[in-house]
Amino acid sequence: MQTAAWAAACATCHGTAGRAAPDAAVPPLAGRDAGWIAAQMRDFASGARPATIMHQIAKGYDEEQAARIAAWFAAQSPQEAP
Amino acid sequence: MNRRSLLKGLGAAGLLAAAPAVRASQAPLGKVVVVGGGYGGATAAKYLRLFGGGRIDVTLVEPNAEFVSCPLSNLVLGGSKAMADITVPYDALARRHGVRLVRARAVAVDAGRRTLRLAGGQVLPYDRLVLSPGVDFMWDRMAGMDTPEARATVLHAWNAEHQTAALRRQLEAMPDGGTFILTIPAAPYRCPPGPYERACQVAWYFKRHKPRSKVRIFDANQDITSKGPLFRQAWAEHYADLIEYNPQFNAVRVDAATRTVEFEFGETERADVLNVLPPMRAGAIAVDAGLATANGRWCEVDFLTFESVAAPGVHVLGDSIQIAPAMPKSGHMANQHGKTCAAAVAALLAGEPVDPEPLYANTCYSFTSDREVVHVSSVHRYDPGKKTMLSVHGAGGLSPAPSEQEAPYAFGWARNIWADMLG
Repeated sequence: MQTAAWAAACATCHGTAGRAAPDAAVPPLAGRDAGWIAAQMRDFASGARPATIMHQIAKGYDEEQAARIAAWFAAQSPQEAP
Repeated sequence: MNRRSLLKGLGAAGLLAAAPAVRASQAPLGKVVVVGGGYGGATAAKYLRLFGGGRIDVTLVEPNAEFVSCPLSNLVLGGSKAMADITVPYDALARRHGVRLVRARAVAVDAGRRTLRLAGGQVLPYDRLVLSPGVDFMWDRMAGMDTPEARATVLHAWNAEHQTAALRRQLEAMPDGGTFILTIPAAPYRCPPGPYERACQVAWYFKRHKPRSKVRIFDANQDITSKGPLFRQAWAEHYADLIEYNPQFNAVRVDAATRTVEFEFGETERADVLNVLPPMRAGAIAVDAGLATANGRWCEVDFLTFESVAAPGVHVLGDSIQIAPAMPKSGHMANQHGKTCAAAVAALLAGEPVDPEPLYANTCYSFTSDREVVHVSSVHRYDPGKKTMLSVHGAGGLSPAPSEQEAPYAFGWARNIWADMLG
């Protein structure tokens, strides 16, 4: 439940359960590879991946928190059930 | 369980799997009534259904037929967006998530009996109540604004709805060469950067359509309260002859007939369009219920659950609360409150422990023209020792400068947060 609640904070910009609006500039996270999401968080925090805002947000999460949130999004279906 | 709620349960399967509150049993967990369909309340209603696995009976009480967003509403004043662009219907909350919508104004809480009374006299029982009533205006601190005529002439336009469209009409009717005056109350107030964004938007409109006109800001604060260097840069680059900024001017009296505002040391200024933001406090229903324990203005809450410190079983969200350090009164933050509260209420109703360490972020975009954007961001984590939310050191920050690059992200933010709370 804690991980679901933490991940819900990301949903504000990235869509409920990581399903972003298809025409929105903010990318979806649902169903993305957990290792890839966690690596993006590391690279945003280190500055290896440039960003407008995620470099600031990513610095607020430690490796374990980012890994748990990444795994949660990886487990979500990119499409909502009908 | 009918076919629709069965499908809905499948749709929420991802959240369901992660929520111990909804493990095996399908027994109802309880009845939650949410007051206020803004960024905090609508989010709480939807996420109570998601985190509760459909087992929490959720009613949302909201008098308006549709949601109208405060974020982006300054673009309506500037003319680059219309009211329809910031309006979202509530029906998906009922259709897709099984929230019961009651279109009414909630008027009184009986925390002892655990009931909520509506304006029509109807009484709703609850196991837990979530109040997200936004801000109300402290008219007793603004002399001359006690008549309906004054309030129809001198607008605040600070809760979207019809005043935003009405203020736009005043700006359109104003002749070129006129003066728009905006007064800002001492912090805390809803949306710290909002007034300065508004000045940009009105100046953007004047620059294109009424270039001899002026925007004059009178701010009760010592200086710009949010994104100061970025707004100053935008004003210098785009609106140097249009915007005048006067800090430390606390408006105390209005003569609506002459559109004159008086400040606490006796100075007066006259406007063609006068836009007064009065001092603000928690929504009336929360104040009347005795929940505004901080100076009679804001509601103190337990940041693990958003339960009021004054009334067990009553949770308060969004702009009404006594904020934690460095926590803005923003729509994004209210959305985060709504989810934290929903997760905690789902756990409490299931007899399970609440998350001992909430962790969330704030993102706030402001438009300095129709296409240039600045942001402020922060990450907030619960501190068990201090029993409050603290901003995470080293995280968050400001845009380096106003840019067109951030505009798609700002519009994307709006699309996704509206879908997150109402879709």
